[in-house]
Amino acid sequence: MKLTDFREIKADPATVWAALLNPDVLKECVPGCESMSGSVADGFEATVTQKVGPVKATFKGAVTFSEIVEGQSLKISGEGKGGPAGFAKGGAAVSLEPMEGGTRLSYDVEAAVGGKIAQLGSRIIDGFAKKMADEFFTRFQAAVEGPAEEEEADTAAEGEGEKKKGWFKRLMG
Amino acid sequence: MPKDHGIGASSKRREDVRFLSGRGVYTDDMALHGQTYAVFVRSNVAHGRIKSINTANAAKMPGVLAIFTGEDFKDVGGNPAGWLINSRDGTPMREPKRPVLAHGKVRHVGDAYAAVIAETYNEAKDAAQQLADDSDIEELPAIVDMKKAVADASNRVHDEIPDNLCFDWGWIEDNRAAVDAAFKSAPHITTLELVNNRLVPNAMEPRSSIGEYFPGTGDYKLTTTSQNPHLTRLLVAAFVLGIPENKLTVVAPDVGGGFGSKIYHYGEEALVLAASRKLGRPVRWTAERTESFLTDAHGRDHVTKIEMASTKDGEILAIRTETLANVGAYLSNFSTATPTFLHGTLMAGPYKVPHVYVNVKTVFTNTAPVDAYRGAGRPEATFSIERIVDKMCRELNLDPFEVRRKNLIQPDQFPYTTPVGLVYDTGNYQATLDKLIELADVAGFDKRAAASKAKGKLRGMGLSTWIEACGIAPSNLVGVLGSRVGLYDAATVRVNATGNISVMTGAHSHGQGHETVFAQVVAEKLGIPESSIEIVHGDTSKIPFGMGSYGSRSLAVCGSAMSKAVDKIIAKGKKIAAHMLEASENDIVFADGKFSVAGTDKAKSFGEIAFSAYVPHNYPLETLEPGLEETAFYDPANFTYPAGAYLCEVEVDPETGKVDIASFTCADDFGHVMNPMIVEGQVHGGVGQGIGQALLENTSYDENGQLLTASYMDYAMPRADDVPFYTVDHSCITPCTHNPLGVKGCGEAGAIGSPPAVVNAVIDALHRGGHSHVKHIDMPVSPARVWSAING
Repeated sequence: MKLTDFREIKADPATVWAALLNPDVLKECVPGCESMSGSVADGFEATVTQKVGPVKATFKGAVTFSEIVEGQSLKISGEGKGGPAGFAKGGAAVSLEPMEGGTRLSYDVEAAVGGKIAQLGSRIIDGFAKKMADEFFTRFQAAVEGPAEEEEADTAAEGEGEKKKGWFKRLMG
Repeated sequence: MPKDHGIGASSKRREDVRFLSGRGVYTDDMALHGQTYAVFVRSNVAHGRIKSINTANAAKMPGVLAIFTGEDFKDVGGNPAGWLINSRDGTPMREPKRPVLAHGKVRHVGDAYAAVIAETYNEAKDAAQQLADDSDIEELPAIVDMKKAVADASNRVHDEIPDNLCFDWGWIEDNRAAVDAAFKSAPHITTLELVNNRLVPNAMEPRSSIGEYFPGTGDYKLTTTSQNPHLTRLLVAAFVLGIPENKLTVVAPDVGGGFGSKIYHYGEEALVLAASRKLGRPVRWTAERTESFLTDAHGRDHVTKIEMASTKDGEILAIRTETLANVGAYLSNFSTATPTFLHGTLMAGPYKVPHVYVNVKTVFTNTAPVDAYRGAGRPEATFSIERIVDKMCRELNLDPFEVRRKNLIQPDQFPYTTPVGLVYDTGNYQATLDKLIELADVAGFDKRAAASKAKGKLRGMGLSTWIEACGIAPSNLVGVLGSRVGLYDAATVRVNATGNISVMTGAHSHGQGHETVFAQVVAEKLGIPESSIEIVHGDTSKIPFGMGSYGSRSLAVCGSAMSKAVDKIIAKGKKIAAHMLEASENDIVFADGKFSVAGTDKAKSFGEIAFSAYVPHNYPLETLEPGLEETAFYDPANFTYPAGAYLCEVEVDPETGKVDIASFTCADDFGHVMNPMIVEGQVHGGVGQGIGQALLENTSYDENGQLLTASYMDYAMPRADDVPFYTVDHSCITPCTHNPLGVKGCGEAGAIGSPPAVVNAVIDALHRGGHSHVKHIDMPVSPARVWSAING
């Protein structure tokens, strides 16, 4: 399964880069993620629960980062074991380019499944993977950017403005 | 008035009463005192190195009694291939060990590398999952595509086999130069590359085995879903576990279909026996449906390039083929015979083709083992030949009926020696073709095509004139060719004191209807009611010996043994009757169940003779032993050669590419027919499977060796509305010349003859509809493929 797409994010590349390497951001953005911890150098440990067609499973696995070009591109690889459900693994080559008003984030995703998920869910796996990727990057975009601008414009009180920032921005101050 | 009894009667299948009323007794139905459950830990990856298996956690789980890994079996034997094939250069095939449990490496998704035995099924299953979680298997690149497997010496299914080739077989190597020469001077050459799609057998009953060990006697018993219990006993005893044959009983009770997949011995059978020995308790296992998909030996999976040299008016001059045949990760028992001696030897078809050369390269891949599946090699040969004959007709603008008629072996040419090593003893291929043309109303096709057109459909008709070889034999010849077993069969006819009869047959019935048909044959020969005859099969402790049921051999081979045993009963009965009737043995005639003195009304019934044999008060004890029981072994002098002609009409929806079978007509020559209803049923089933292969069934592995079609959500089996009402005829009869019943076998015919008829019909429909750029569509001819072909 291969998937290539891009997102335009209203934040500078440094902010996007930092978000990509932050386990708390990833935990919030990976659909069904229950835990994510670790460091970029040693990789993250992750637990994700997902339902693929008829198979629902909790995947425990490792996320590693490689081919890191600081602030520009990296490869994220993950492999999760889902017990009776089999396994899922994949990688995303992500690159960041500055653009007018933000960052263009391009990604090439490759995913493979094995065991029961492949045996029972193969017909839906491509659509599933696309949905997962879309959902991840949508959440990621929201996390980095915060809510849409018009909402922000409506915000009167200063205190509330803080809230309406993307939670990642909030975190970073 | 049709017969209602004995040979030729459509006696109702007596076994159906228990099957249809839920009273059959299958392996999984048997509850045993103290039984335990085995669950196998199977690989999730197609190719991997087993780095460690930590059994500690699983061993502590509730109910767990024992854990086995490949380490426990590394010193016992492997499951062998039953046929040694030599490559063209004379070197023997590469034969890697097939262990009970994978050791060192796992080689296909579903490859079992450990097993857990527990008190309950759920406990075993939980512990098996724990064991899987505690196993470290390093995934290696999978070898899936045959062409890549052969080209890439660096990636190996078996580390000791560099090019993943099992053998490179030429048949017949000495004929190769003459075949090449015929092609050089040929006026026309037709070429076709095709795929014979991999199929999953899908027997209704999944594989199931129970191992029992009796410490008091040291005896073992294996109850298992087998088509040939004696062969399984031989393999387990002599090759795998080293149990003396006389200490092992193998029972195959009611078995719900096999289609080839239950011929073979599988590691699960050895495991439950070994585990029962260790625990002193029965150990049972039944496959889940997905396990069946992953581990039952699959069928077909050939990639073939076939060339046909001909004159411009369609006379076939030579055939040359190159085939890559997938054997999967390990050699299943008949996997080496199937793409060679059951395929290459049939590559002349029913035609007078003077020159044929067949090359088969057999390739290891990280997929489930592939072996004989209903038809076994002959469907692959028939599909290649019948597709290329059709393509030749199109290229030369010739009539497919006339081209076949011209090339068919003539009735006066039998026995006919083919250039690929067979001698067809008898046949009349014109007769079945004529019968087909009449039954299928070929003359009315244009009218039907016009009606289809009015509905917006494209109608086409496809022809297939097929031949096959059944009852593989004789043993001394197959021995020279590399077979490691004999191919005879055996039967014992036991006449009980009260005159009823038990017949113990080496052939196993798992849907065929032996219990009915074999009784009909005995009833006919002895002139007694079918109801007083019982057919006993599937138990090595009751039956003299047998090679089992496959290759449409049951009646032709085992039925012949049974017929010979009945002849011995009659001969002995005549001796007893001569004594009782005070006549010369030569004057005794046996007819209608009576032994009588020729030309007199002095007679003794069969029952009186039987009684006398067991209560020998008035009996020639000084010259004749009491009792009335005879055993015969029968080793056929030749194969039998059923043949026939099939016509399929299809309607193709050009908007969607969907193919509907409009009609399917079969004119077969099976020799003498013992039970027309059962023969008809066999043809229906075979054609149904052939239509499944042609239109629906596809076994799909992704590039990582993951099986994507491992359930009925993704693997399309034919359903009732996918197949038509068949027209089936078997009135053209040329009896087999060398077996006592004159029978040829009918079990596989439908699956052999039908796929090319279907595909030829689809191509015909597209051409008639103006899509003449479509030369071939690989099976399954799915709507997507047809639509793409039309619009490509």
